[in-house]
Amino acid sequence: MRKRIGNRTLYFPSRPSVNGFYSVVGEKESQGPLKDWFDLSIGEGHFGEDSWEKAESKLIESASLGAIEQAGLKNEQIQCFFGGDLMNQCISTNYALRTLQIPFLGLYGACSTMAESLLMGSVCVDGGFCDHALCATSSHFCSAERQFRFPLEYGGQRPPTAQWTVTGSGACVLSLQGDGPYITYATPGKVVDAGITDLNNMGAAMAPAACDTLLAFFEDTGTSPSNYDMILTGDLGNVGKKLLHGLLRDNGIEAIDNLEDCGCLIFDDEAQDTHAGGSGCGCSASVLNSYIFKKMRNKELKKILFLATGALMSPTSSLQGETIPAIAHLLQIEAERSQPQ
Amino acid sequence: MMPYLNAFLFGGFLCAVAQLLIDFTKMTPARILVLYVTTGVVLTFLGLYNPLVELFGAGATVPLTGFGNALANGVIKGIGEKGLLGVISGGLTACAAGISAAIFFGYLFALLFSSKEK
Amino acid sequence: MKNFSKKEYQRIVSQHEKSPWVKNLIWAFTVGGLICVLGQFILTTAKDMGLSKEDAGCVTSMTLIFLSGLFTGLGLFDRLAKRAGAGTIVPITGFANAIVSPAMEFKNEGFILGVGAKMFVIAGPVIVYGISSSIICGLIYYLLKGGAPL
Repeated sequence: MRKRIGNRTLYFPSRPSVNGFYSVVGEKESQGPLKDWFDLSIGEGHFGEDSWEKAESKLIESASLGAIEQAGLKNEQIQCFFGGDLMNQCISTNYALRTLQIPFLGLYGACSTMAESLLMGSVCVDGGFCDHALCATSSHFCSAERQFRFPLEYGGQRPPTAQWTVTGSGACVLSLQGDGPYITYATPGKVVDAGITDLNNMGAAMAPAACDTLLAFFEDTGTSPSNYDMILTGDLGNVGKKLLHGLLRDNGIEAIDNLEDCGCLIFDDEAQDTHAGGSGCGCSASVLNSYIFKKMRNKELKKILFLATGALMSPTSSLQGETIPAIAHLLQIEAERSQPQ
Repeated sequence: MMPYLNAFLFGGFLCAVAQLLIDFTKMTPARILVLYVTTGVVLTFLGLYNPLVELFGAGATVPLTGFGNALANGVIKGIGEKGLLGVISGGLTACAAGISAAIFFGYLFALLFSSKEK
Repeated sequence: MKNFSKKEYQRIVSQHEKSPWVKNLIWAFTVGGLICVLGQFILTTAKDMGLSKEDAGCVTSMTLIFLSGLFTGLGLFDRLAKRAGAGTIVPITGFANAIVSPAMEFKNEGFILGVGAKMFVIAGPVIVYGISSSIICGLIYYLLKGGAPL
């Protein structure tokens, strides 16, 4: 059976099911609007470790173990782990896998990693290559800040377009059989570079990538925004979300009222001083694996598009004056077991 | 009170100019600091900065242009005392206290404190 | 994506980048001015205690650097700086913060290549360009004066 729809979209006829999901967040996130939805708050950011990197590693490890337990499985039953993070060489995930002992395929998609890992997990499960796959990612404000920006105590000023890296992790177990939510379609993104160089305006760099993938999916499947309860982007933030609205309008998709963004949902920007919203792999991962999946489980959300966006620059490329390339991977997720369309 | 008012106004002015550069040219703070130091050096050699120091006191010496001013005055003094050798040795001699203090205190506070979560 | 022009997009993006510059300007002016007033107070006090002009200047720098380092260590400097912007960056306090903050931050990477090397990662350029420009200007000054004896 041919599983490719149109030019860019993948169809998963066996409907891989999210059987367990778990979210772990930092203190600031646990004080935000979604505070009641997360599974675990770590409080102070060190999480009992002596470096921010080790703390982030423990974040992803805890989220993974939580998801495996929720799915009623044991580590040994998970046949493949798809995941990654923002740290150089993905060390947070690599080091977490030392103890998890699950066959591991590391991914780097910057903040799009949650969607990328779900896409790869779905391919693997739907293809019959594994019964249970684990998809996870994480980010930590402090480890990201010291790698990408400045020391924590440096007295810098953040412009209004800047976003706040989420301290958090989300993980889920995809299985061949289960009660959902189900992953039914996926569209991998292309790298889109809009020529943005400002590291304090990631939303602007990523919005065109989100638009490109979304349009490709609509074209391939013949669907439109009104077919979905929610179109959820990863971490465009307030600025990127506004820009995405504009880009969609330019391409013939008029004002859509079901567009949401994890970066906008996770913080109260005024009260928490997070400027344009949340960002980081942990942003979409923690929101999807708590708020969204829980709402899908109780059927408040029936059919959504999840579109995590990532900015693919590095400190080196930025210093060399390069623009910021971006990517967005899309997944269609459904709450109901019945066949679509 | 005049010296304090003068210091406030000129120091505030130098900071305000830098803030405008940050907001309207997207210059990073590191570039602004470099710009201020070299401007201080050049203005001092042109004979323009020392009069500002006379007039505004700490308002002209505390901002980083004042660091450039101290370097340049050191070089001029060094040339007077040692000729060509003073070109090289004068600057750091004059700024030894500031740089040594920054390095030592930097090390000391790194021993005593750690970064906190924001 | 059919209808997309990078140029047009960048123009639209720049419309979303308006910073609250008036508020920033007032903060920078006030805080920067007040730090200089503190400097003036130390300078005047040092002179009153009988120090020479140069020595009083050194004492002023060292005191401000110490205070800035201490506030950085206590985790208070960045709270003021995120509002004051250039008001805390441009005075010598910003230079001290730029040295102390990476020294603290990179302690986990060890005392030699962490604290020792990373200390200059932000403030290094100031020293490099300050000293280099003073030597270049000094050389020109020396030659214009006809080259005093070695």
